Amino acid sequence: MAVKELLAKYTRMEKLPHIWCAGCGHGIILGSVLRAIQRQNLDPFKTTVVSGIGCSSRAPGYMKFDTLHTTHGRALAFATGVKLARPELKVIVLTGDGDCAAIGGNHLIHAARRNIDLTTVVFNNSIYGMTSGQYSPLTPHKRYATTAPYGNVDHPFDLCELVKAAGATYVARGTVYHTQMLIDLIAKGIEHKGFSFIEVVTNCPTYFGRKNKMGSAVDMLNWLKEHAVPVKAAAKLPPEKLADKFVIGELHRGERPEYVEEYQRIIDGLKGE
Amino acid sequence: MKKEEKEKKVQIDVNLDWCKGCGICVAFCPKKVYDRMPDGKPKVARPEDCIQCMLCELRCPDFAINVGGEANGRK
Amino acid sequence: MGENDRQAVLMSGNEACVEGALLAGIRFFAGYPITPSTEIAEGLAKRLPRYGGKFIQMEDEIASMAAVVGASLAGAKAMTATSGPGFSLKQENIGFAAMAEVPCVVVNVQRFGPSTGLPTSPAQGDIMQARWGTHGDHPVIALMPASVQECLTLTVEAFNLAEEYRTPVILLMDEVVGHMREGILLPRKEEIVLKERKKPTVPPEEYLPYKADPDGIPPMANFGDGYRYHVTGLVHDETGFPRGRGIDGDRLVRRLVNKVKDNFVPMVEEYLTEDAEIAVVACGSVARSAKRAVDLGREQGIKVGLVRPISIWPFPEKVIRDLAEKVKAFVVPEMNLGQVVLEVERCACGKAGVYGLNRIDAELITPDEILTKIQEVK
Repeated sequence: MAVKELLAKYTRMEKLPHIWCAGCGHGIILGSVLRAIQRQNLDPFKTTVVSGIGCSSRAPGYMKFDTLHTTHGRALAFATGVKLARPELKVIVLTGDGDCAAIGGNHLIHAARRNIDLTTVVFNNSIYGMTSGQYSPLTPHKRYATTAPYGNVDHPFDLCELVKAAGATYVARGTVYHTQMLIDLIAKGIEHKGFSFIEVVTNCPTYFGRKNKMGSAVDMLNWLKEHAVPVKAAAKLPPEKLADKFVIGELHRGERPEYVEEYQRIIDGLKGE
Repeated sequence: MKKEEKEKKVQIDVNLDWCKGCGICVAFCPKKVYDRMPDGKPKVARPEDCIQCMLCELRCPDFAINVGGEANGRK
Repeated sequence: MGENDRQAVLMSGNEACVEGALLAGIRFFAGYPITPSTEIAEGLAKRLPRYGGKFIQMEDEIASMAAVVGASLAGAKAMTATSGPGFSLKQENIGFAAMAEVPCVVVNVQRFGPSTGLPTSPAQGDIMQARWGTHGDHPVIALMPASVQECLTLTVEAFNLAEEYRTPVILLMDEVVGHMREGILLPRKEEIVLKERKKPTVPPEEYLPYKADPDGIPPMANFGDGYRYHVTGLVHDETGFPRGRGIDGDRLVRRLVNKVKDNFVPMVEEYLTEDAEIAVVACGSVARSAKRAVDLGREQGIKVGLVRPISIWPFPEKVIRDLAEKVKAFVVPEMNLGQVVLEVERCACGKAGVYGLNRIDAELITPDEILTKIQEVK
């Protein structure tokens, strides 16, 4: 599908070009989400996109669906209400690393625990971009940020392991460099019934890149190219080879009853009485 | 690629209004189809070398590149 | 029992709130356990599925409030219930519902505060929080039931007002009305008049989600109805998209505040105030003692009356202003250190004495105490 066609069908064209900085990966993620939606042929009138607060969370504003830009960290809780109240809607949550893993962490683990049918895409640029450069729960140890002027004391989550342990039944990690894989991972997440979680490692040239002297957007994508290892290849590598690397691809797929359907079973069961 | 197909230039449209000059398309085009202009924006220099892998279009953060014109059926 | 008689039932305020919600057509409840409101969640957990409705216990009160807003946007009549600590946690998302004009009902069964306080003891310390709990200027409607019957009827009213004004409506109960049991008459279904949110009358391509009608209230499409509009907590214009200029904020917030201020008629009960020289102003459970005190005072020949705000917000200013011209003094008994009294003073403008009567020892103010105060000020 020509880009013009894709944009005409799925975006609010009059709102483009978007506000994200030059070379920021968020635009790539937005494009990948749209292409995944197109591949899954979702009904644009029965799809709701929910976001929290932050650079990532401006994405739904550009998307031609029912869109909901909520409060910081609470996108998944709002989305739970939308989905449970109206199960026929496909609900996609777009959130950032700070939005979903810091202030929103509690809602993240519980949405995963419930295995409610939500597709969550995390724009992980390891920084709070909207507020210009503070570290987040995904910022690597020793990296710099405006609030980590001497190097980050914290150690980051492994968000995919966290969400998998909490009960998510589809967990994947992608990067903005590996774009074709990313579209595939998101499409599979949309298709999967249950809590689908896709962490997208992306670049923030303006803050994370500058603070950590990672060069231009191109340099940062090259960094992703050199440090991401597909899950199959990673399996063959000894641990020391993976030390400064991270694994991408489909990381976990499980089968558990989906929350809204389980609740519907209760409702149907009571009808008989 | 057969010779005639090589002659058939691929249509590559770049929306220079939306492009922010990040250089991703230029840097990662496997066939080096683009040159980078002083303002960082891409110039379609060698469209005949384009193999329509679509990576520039997919990786453009600003939806500024369309490869293959209207018939762009892939992806 | 006659064919048209209503069914008499003995129940608590919390249970009556559940009845009211079901009569109002509730289809979604999200909550979190907290004394003294948990019975509301328990009742709806049991009853909602039988109505095809959805109940969910969320991970905290913040999430509960968020889920209620999400469900309402998807078209469900939605409610949450909590008490002080949870009410504090919900404030940001209550503000979101006010800004995005999402109908919802928030029940706060007040308990002794601040902080953990005395969970099973009554108080009325959240009255100003119900007005100003969330940041920024915003509309608010808050109703205070004084009986188990009103816990039912005002829950129905709260849903109707939420749908009508597209705003959160707070049902400000307290532990006394929440947990006490008394006989009530269940209204028959046909007696209940239900309001639904205004629907758009234009096709999706012409729909401006935040273009208000003359009454200041915009028609509301539900998610999934094919309108595909944008909802945000950012200042937005008629299209629903963010606008960053100050004038946009001015225009929007004034409309939000005025749609209630200009249209909502404050709900208030007056008892024997026609010839009153002293007016007691009391709401919620304290109003029960106040009514008794007024009767006792009248028996002693004191011309005393009762003003009972049913909607504490917007505050019934006119009744107080008019009475201030006539009465010598107002007596304002409350289970806090003085909150409603500030509003009475504001509206009395010095034209009449205003005397607070304040108890914060987890006990209901008694009629005799109020009577003593009446005798002092007469």
